[in-house]
Amino acid sequence: MSTNTIISLPDQSTARIPKDNFITRENGLLSWLLTGDHKRIAILYLISITFFFFIGGALAGLIRLELLTPQTDLMATDTYNKVFTMHGIIMIFFFLVPSVPATLGNFFIPMMIGAKDLALPKINLLSWYLYMAGGILAVYTMASGGVDTGWTFTTPLSTHYVNTNVLTTGLAVFIAGFSSILTGLNFIVTIHKMRAPGMTWFRLPLFIWAHYAASILMVLATPVVAIAIVLVALERTFGIGVFDPTKGGDPLLFQHLFWFYSHPAVYIMILPGMGVISEVISTFSRKRIFGYTAVAFSSVAIAVFGFFVWAHHMFIMGISNYAVLVFSLLTMLVAVPSAIKIFNWTFTLYKGSITFETPMLYAFGFLGLFTIGGMTGVFLGASGTDIHLTETYFIVAHFHFVMVGGMLMAFLAGIHFWWPKITGRMYPEKISQLAAVVTFIGFNLTFFPQFILGVLGMPRRYASYPPEFQVLNVFSTAGATILGVGYLLPVLYLIWSLKYGAIAGNNPWQATGLEWQTQSPPLTENFAAMPVMDHEAYDYEWLEQQQQAHKESEAPHAG
Amino acid sequence: MNHISPTIWQFLVKWLTNFALFPPEASKIAPQMDALLFFMVLVSLIGLTIVVLLIVSFSILYNKKRHPVAVQVEGSTLLEATWTIIPLGLFLVMFVWGALIYFRVFTPPANSMNIYVVGKQWMWKAEHPGGQHEINALHVPTGRAVQVTLISQDVFHSFSIPAFRVKREAIPGRYTTVWFEATVPGTYHLFCTQYCGTNHSQMTGDIVVMTPEDFRKWLASSTSGASLAQNGERLFASLSCAACHNTRPDARGPNLAGVYGAKLPLASGGTVIADDAYLREAILNPSQHVTQGYAPIMPTYQGQISEEGVIALLEYIKNLDSDYRVQQTLNTTDLPPGSEGTAPAAAKAPASKGTVKP
Repeated sequence: MSTNTIISLPDQSTARIPKDNFITRENGLLSWLLTGDHKRIAILYLISITFFFFIGGALAGLIRLELLTPQTDLMATDTYNKVFTMHGIIMIFFFLVPSVPATLGNFFIPMMIGAKDLALPKINLLSWYLYMAGGILAVYTMASGGVDTGWTFTTPLSTHYVNTNVLTTGLAVFIAGFSSILTGLNFIVTIHKMRAPGMTWFRLPLFIWAHYAASILMVLATPVVAIAIVLVALERTFGIGVFDPTKGGDPLLFQHLFWFYSHPAVYIMILPGMGVISEVISTFSRKRIFGYTAVAFSSVAIAVFGFFVWAHHMFIMGISNYAVLVFSLLTMLVAVPSAIKIFNWTFTLYKGSITFETPMLYAFGFLGLFTIGGMTGVFLGASGTDIHLTETYFIVAHFHFVMVGGMLMAFLAGIHFWWPKITGRMYPEKISQLAAVVTFIGFNLTFFPQFILGVLGMPRRYASYPPEFQVLNVFSTAGATILGVGYLLPVLYLIWSLKYGAIAGNNPWQATGLEWQTQSPPLTENFAAMPVMDHEAYDYEWLEQQQQAHKESEAPHAG
Repeated sequence: MNHISPTIWQFLVKWLTNFALFPPEASKIAPQMDALLFFMVLVSLIGLTIVVLLIVSFSILYNKKRHPVAVQVEGSTLLEATWTIIPLGLFLVMFVWGALIYFRVFTPPANSMNIYVVGKQWMWKAEHPGGQHEINALHVPTGRAVQVTLISQDVFHSFSIPAFRVKREAIPGRYTTVWFEATVPGTYHLFCTQYCGTNHSQMTGDIVVMTPEDFRKWLASSTSGASLAQNGERLFASLSCAACHNTRPDARGPNLAGVYGAKLPLASGGTVIADDAYLREAILNPSQHVTQGYAPIMPTYQGQISEEGVIALLEYIKNLDSDYRVQQTLNTTDLPPGSEGTAPAAAKAPASKGTVKP
């Protein structure tokens, strides 16, 4: 017991990937494209979001290259504007929003609650097609001239002052929005109706709670951005004047509508990531999450408060000073549940039996980076300091700490955690640990200097900047290069592992979730027999008894 | 390094001489803002240190080698209450402190001097009351509260002076204000921080802070011959506003003398304070804002007057108020005496009455 890993693999000389699993059950392209299996759809999503991630990442690379020097020398300002706009649109709508829910959520929500599939499998497939339609349209608009409004589509710039592909990009986001709504709806119905016998609400893994909260946000907030986009389209095509002050419209109304979605969208992105972190930290410290109920309810609290803070994006926009007070106060309140989660995860380690496999390294990265990202959010939520920091690189650094440092780290933690379950094979441990460390270093080098740039006042979305900002920008670009390596490595070794990885067996991490109590890769129907939940979530003693019983039942057979 | 590569050497020298970690503090609000900023940095550092220390020490104490069997701990209400209440308390302190600064930044003192700034793709145009125009630059004196009234002619822009720690959105069709009191003479960055299209990153300028003495000289040397109010008067005449807005008893429009800041009865019922925003609306969209007792016959001037034109008209109308005129004269007597010219010279009223309303 004195090894410092919990990985327990079956005897490699005899172990086989089970012949019948969801990958081998049916063959041919059509069996994938017309599948209703949540696991296959999750894999379709995984492939497509990886594709969009690398497009968005390439655009980020172009941004960082341009910002290496103070002048605009790599590309024209117009091109730069299109590049950062498309980076934002692709990363937010086509990577971050669907990332964890549509891949890991899709795959594991039914398995964790002991169901055969999501409640609405065809709707699930439809939402992937909607996502792809939106994504392909977005890439097409990029190839056919792009759009330069910024991902925020701010009016009246987007309605009257640019002649780029606003309508098609808007349509792409609109379509992708429905994908998100349908996914959220599907999760809510599934979590309510499909739980296995004995799986009470407070026996649910925290991953499920986080997805439940995020799903509510998807269903309630996304329609608002859809409406906002339709209004932009109508205004742009027919000049209806809702946002046009010369016709009595209100140009700020768009921002209210947009942020009414886009602030909760931040929680749509981060909550599922928090769910992953709960699973990973529990597994690799062999402990039930400290204060399970507090973590579960803090997800719900974030979702509820998240709806009432949108105007903190508009503190300097001439909204009433008293509205600023209210929104600033509510923003402070929404920061509390995040702080609670951080401390609960940290205290889960207390008296645990900790090992440092790759998912755990990513989770540690998440804890540090999300703490910084969250604290700097308070800088922006306090109305006074927001005046100086908003619309600068401080904000860019802040949301990248939350979205990339938080969400992407959580996504990678999750991918590494469940990869053996999805594929039945292990990836090489040493190189994946290296990739986690490289990502962490590269990330900090990229985005930490941007906090300082922001305090110095460097505005965001600038193609050129005063020369005194160059040193920090060079650091940032250097970091982005390292970060790029950190992201490419997993693609390489994960693909490698599909053929050459060690056979993982059912439960390589000795985790407690129901998804680990079945074969890897799972059967199309997930479980050979309907599971019955007779213990709490993260019950490691139960797991030990199970394994003991299993050994005893096999012992006479072997002897 | 010089021997290896002179280019890299020069590059490094240029860098290190051009390297900043903290922006200059050049306004009265800047040190106050920075105090809160440092407090937040401190709290964040302490918080981060606690989290990192806990993670590191738990990782050492309870790693599998040392601590092979985990001890299940359900949770602790006391601990959880601690890390709910302490962060909440700290956040509330930051909220109150931040709000105090916010209200200070957006509540101009009563006697501040007003400069209009119009944002348009992609330049800042400043209009001093003395008629001085500036593009992508703003000259201001030290030791004097300066209110900037912003408006945009097209899309959203944002008027940001990092050295002063102030920033305000310039909104199409709506006046917004911000104020500052510069403390250290020098040249500082002016940025547009709201993305506004192709040349957003070129919508920058210089804030030139001068001693009051230098500022007076600058005003005198850059005068265009007519004050902003005089420009407005010319526009008032050329648009034939006076055909209706005059002092005759049968005038078809209300007399505008003294109208600025006054409470007007509306034909639609209710009253309104005739501030900048109202007057602008009444010029551009008159049928919606008919004063009681007059017929809705005024044509719209939407599309016929630029934002600068509206500002000049506003300034003229403000100057028709004798009390206001006195106050303005007291606040901005930086005009050379000769250029006071034709502005209504009813400077007899007591100086204490009129004030610039934000």
